[in-house]
Parts: sequence; C-alpha cells; structure tokens
Amino acid sequence: MSLELKNVEKKVGIETHIYSTNLKLEKNTINVLLGSTLAGKTTLMQIMAGLDKPTSGEIWFNDENVTGKEVQKRNCSMVYQQFINYPNFTVFENIASPLKITGVKPDEIKERVGKVAELLKLSAMLNKKPDELSGGQQQRTALARALVKDSDLILLDEPLANLDFKLREELREELPKLFEDRDCIVVYATTEPLDALMIGGNTATLLEGNVIQYGKTLNVYKKPENLTSAKVFSDPPMNIAEISKSGEIFKLKDNSVQWKSNVQIKDGNYKIGIRPHNITTYKEGDNSVEINGKVLISELSGSESLIHFTNGKLNWVSLSNGIQQKNIGENTKLFMNVDEFLYFDTNNRLVSNG
Amino acid sequence: MWMSFYILIQITDWYPMAKITLKDLSHSYLSKQSSDADWALRGVDIDWKDGGAYALLGPSGCGKTTLLNIISGLLKPTKGEILFDDKNVTALNPVERDIAQIFQFPVIYDTMTVYDNLAFPLKNRGLSKTEIDSKVKEIGEMLELTSTLNNKAAGLTADGKQKISLGRGLVRSDVNVIMFDEPLTVIDPHLKWVLRSKLKELHQKINRTMIYVTHDQIEALTFADEVVVMHEGQIVQTGTPVELFEKPKHTFVGHFIGSPGMNILPCEIENGQINFEGKIIPNNNSIKKINYNKTQLGIRPEFIKFSNDGIKVKIKRVSDTGRHKVIDTECSSGSIKILANSSTEIPSDSAHITFEQKYTYVYGDDWIIE
Repeated sequence: MSLELKNVEKKVGIETHIYSTNLKLEKNTINVLLGSTLAGKTTLMQIMAGLDKPTSGEIWFNDENVTGKEVQKRNCSMVYQQFINYPNFTVFENIASPLKITGVKPDEIKERVGKVAELLKLSAMLNKKPDELSGGQQQRTALARALVKDSDLILLDEPLANLDFKLREELREELPKLFEDRDCIVVYATTEPLDALMIGGNTATLLEGNVIQYGKTLNVYKKPENLTSAKVFSDPPMNIAEISKSGEIFKLKDNSVQWKSNVQIKDGNYKIGIRPHNITTYKEGDNSVEINGKVLISELSGSESLIHFTNGKLNWVSLSNGIQQKNIGENTKLFMNVDEFLYFDTNNRLVSNG
Repeated sequence: MWMSFYILIQITDWYPMAKITLKDLSHSYLSKQSSDADWALRGVDIDWKDGGAYALLGPSGCGKTTLLNIISGLLKPTKGEILFDDKNVTALNPVERDIAQIFQFPVIYDTMTVYDNLAFPLKNRGLSKTEIDSKVKEIGEMLELTSTLNNKAAGLTADGKQKISLGRGLVRSDVNVIMFDEPLTVIDPHLKWVLRSKLKELHQKINRTMIYVTHDQIEALTFADEVVVMHEGQIVQTGTPVELFEKPKHTFVGHFIGSPGMNILPCEIENGQINFEGKIIPNNNSIKKINYNKTQLGIRPEFIKFSNDGIKVKIKRVSDTGRHKVIDTECSSGSIKILANSSTEIPSDSAHITFEQKYTYVYGDDWIIE
C-alpha cells in the first residue's frame, strides 16, 4: 500500500497554492505535514482525499491512478480541527454512522464501536449527546468515527488545535498508539513542531505551497537540508546569526561571541542556526560558549523558562529547564552548546550539523 | 517597531491603588445547594496586596470567571465579602467599584482615531483637555502607539486593536484594580511574548494592582508574582511559579503545571513511610496516618532517574523531542512518565528507577501531607 503524488500542482486563478510536489507515503506510516497557516497543508490533504483535484499531476494509490476519483469511492476518513459530530445522534450513533452507511451488521457494529470507544476512553459516554461532552471528548468521538472503519487513508487536519493545552498534551501522546497496529496510511497536519516530534514517523516541512523536505521526523529535525526547513521545524523560533570562520575560530559578525570548533568547512562566511534549548542558563554539553545579554522577558511555562534577551543588535531566545526568573532589563550570562550548532552556507544550505 | 524597551517615562500622578480582600466567598447559580458540585465557587479567601501582579489560573469551568465577575461587581456572591482597602464593597455596582477591565476581544470604537479611543474614558470623567492630552500621549508612548495616534482604529491589526484596549484600561489613574480576562487570545502566537513583556514592564512601571485571568500556564506564570490555581470552584494553591512547580500542594496543581505533568500514583502509608510497589520510598518527613480515602505519591517526570535498583518498570514508548526524551513506562500500579536528557541511553525492555527524595510528595485525598 502506498500513496504517491506525482508532480501535483494546484492553482486557483493566477495564484499557485501548491507548487509541483512529489511525495510517496508508504503503508503503516504516520506522516506529519508541518507548516504555518497557508503553507498548503489542507489543500494537499484535500487532494489526497479526492475532495479537490490537482490542476496538474497525478495521485496514485497502490498501483492505481486515482486522480479524479471521487472521495466516496476512496476508502478514506478525515478529522478536522472543528469537532464535527451529528448533534442529535448519541456518541454511539456518531461513531457507528460510517459503518451503517456501508451496511455492516448490527452485531458487528456494536463490537467495533465498543472496541474503538474503549481505545479512546469513550465507553462511559456512548449514550450521551455530543453537547454533553467536553471539547476533548467531542474530538475523541470524531477520531473514533474515523478509526472505526478500516480506511486505507486517514487524514487528520490539525485535530488538536481547538483543544486546551492539557488535553492537547494528552491526546498528542495517545494518537500514535492508536495507529500502531493498523494497516493504513495516516497523514497529520499541524502548525506545531512539538506535535511532529511527539508523533514521530515521517515529517514533511511545508512553506508557502512547497514541500521543503520529507523524511524521518527526527532526521528532518536534526539535519534540516536548508534554513527554511530548519525554521519551519523550530518553535520557539530558531536563533539565526551571521558568522565567519577562519581556521578553527568561529565568530559572530559583530564579534560579540567567539568559539572554537573542528567542524570541517572552508573558511568564509556562514549562518548559524541555534535552537533555543541549546542556549541555557547553565552549561550543557562538553563544549559551550558564553553569551552576555540583557533580558527582554523571562517567560515561564511551569517546568521550563524561555528567556528572550538581546546582545546589542540581535535578539535571542533561550530555553532552560526549571523556573529561571529574570527581571526585565537584567544583565545575564547564558551558555550556548557549540556541538549543536547548525551551519548554513550563504545559499542557506546546511553544511554541517555540529 | 514598538518593541524598543528601555524608554523611561516619568509618571507623576498615579494614585495609590487598593489592596483587595476576599473573605469566605462562595457562589452558586442554583437556588438550593445539596452538594459541593452545586457550588461554582467554594470558600475562597484571598489577600491581594496593593500594587501586586496576580493571576487566576485554571481550566474552563474551574470558577475563575465567576470569581472575576464577583470582584468586578457583575455578580453578587451567595456568601462572603469583598473588601477594597478594608472597605466592604460587596453591595456596590461595577461603576461604583472603579475597576478597569480588559477583555478577550478588543473593545474599541472603530470609527474613532487611536487618540480618541484612549481619551474616551478620561473625557467621560470630565478631565481637562490638557490633562487628557498628557495622559493619552504618555500611555501612547508606553504602548508604542505614538505614530498611529491620529489613525482610525478600524485599519489596525488584531494585536494593534488589543493594544488600544489595554491602553484604555491603563489610562485611568483613579481605578482600584485592573483586571485582564484572557487578553492575549487574539494575538498571533509569535507576537505573544512581546505583549507579555509589555504587560510585565507596564506593571513594573505603574505599580498598580493587576489581576490576570487565564487558562494558560505560560501567561499566568510569566505575568504574576503570585498565582492562584483554581480547580472545581476551589483555590487549590496560591504560590510563586517556583513553588507551584517544586511543591504542588494539590494533585491538580501537579498535573496542570508542567509538561508533562506530575506522576500521581497510588501508594500505602506504613509507619510514617511511603510504601510503593512493595518498596519503602524515601520521603522528606514522617507522615501522619490519618484516615484518607486514598493516598498517592507524587513525583514529577523531571525527578526520576534510571538506576541499578529501585522500582522495576517496563518501557512502553520513547518519544525523542530532540531536546529531551519522554519515556512512557509501566509498573503494576500504573504508568509512570520520565523525562530524560536527549543523550540518555534508554534501556530497551525493562529498567529500574528511583525518585529524587527532595521532590517526592504524598497526597491524602489529593491534598499534600506535610
């Protein structure tokens, strides 16, 4: 089983929504489409589902060209950001609805709904109506409906976006487990890098209608092919600075920070990308360099601290473990983990990942 | 750019603000109450100092909006009193209480200029033209709106409009308290930190009592010196961000603050010690045995280490977030989450773990036992 987009392009009027895209998704994989709003995630999913047709290019499912085949004739389910349930149906009837349509026998319906309800912790709510449920439970019901039929393709379009923080955390952990033993291809669209990392599988980074990079999630994160992919896959935003290299000496363009590294690249000008968690209030790794800054604000998340600071012309974001309260305007010293720097050439291509 | 930070502004005539005392407040939307669940708010006692920055934090349905409405006077509590500077204001209506409130969505006049929007609350109170002018310019500068003062509000972005709402709340110097109700909801996620720092900076400059209501832990912990965590109509803990993280007084605080939240596991208490999975777990103090319906051990994922002996667990799943690894493990008492450095080698099948004593707590019927 595989889903393949071949030179798929989507234009609306004179605007291009999806630039020529090639993507092959394999059986039993979860694939994350990661990008900000308007990156083209939803358009790509609608093309995959058959809800929308590409302007040019083809979609192949297994060995069949399914371009133009209607969504009803494809075996796929979709879950949206908004919780979509039938308001006058009970949770049981909501989950059972796709099975009823395809004429599954009542006994089997009962068994399959029961099984998926248990998986999604909805067993106690089967007789309730959606409006008696919390937001998280409503979205679980929509997920259960997508899971109850044996779809070849399951498309999840930002399914956790409307949930509050704690529920999102919980469901994000459960989702990959739900798909572990299923014979299908899952596509999951999100704007949040942490979603992709927690889900694992494969990730495609997207920007303005282009698929920038596709591969194993952790590999895309650790070895972004270029600066664009690195930026899409970083939240809080990646710190980027211009540097120069001469021998083993590297320094920021403004000379404020200098470090040694045996990274094997030619002397010259580069950009570095430093993820916020590689700048910390304590030393981490064997090879760190100090940076002095003035605190813009210290944001606390409960178990970690985001310190925004400036060292003259550049603003930086750092992420440290624990609660690190700093006053606005305070001078502070932080440590950058040199071994985790990403180096990009002047064309923004990755030349070394530390 | 409205993000230049270190402009010093001379503030001359801010009035002293009020301290706020809430005494045994309870509220029910029902006419008769038979159980705890019938109360939207139960036994709330708070002392807020004059000029402090406070936050009310909790999920939807926890009672924080009810409490906010009681403080502002939109709602009369079923029981209890509200005092501003020791003066009982429970019977006063919202106008008489002199409160500035900033809501989730911008409340501004689209057809007016930014200047007139900011001047509006002052005109209503009959301030002179020169007084109004100096105040509007002062607040305009603080919020970096100076260059847009003569523009119509209609043309501004959502965060631009919300800045005007903030300005309208902050421009009056005669209010007892400024209350913020989820004020950053409409702000683009990438801009939130800028407004957060602005609010914090403003509080430091004008030193007025501010109450910030939110369900978002980052908003609350970043803004407030002291956070009030609410759960099912009750205050479960009042404390600094460090206290809430390091020593949750209630299992809900452990769960809600931090990501992932605290592991809460069933345990027994024997001879003043914790017995978990048949092992004695070192704890900070001797535990008095009282008849609890349930006793639980609380340990944050950050404070669990792999070791050669200790509790035996099965490794279920490892998620590598690039920054650290979140490890799902299981023992016969339930699942335990562990947070480890990304470079940590994770045993593939089963492992032994130990809990850092300093951060191991026991809860009796969800409240910490000390």
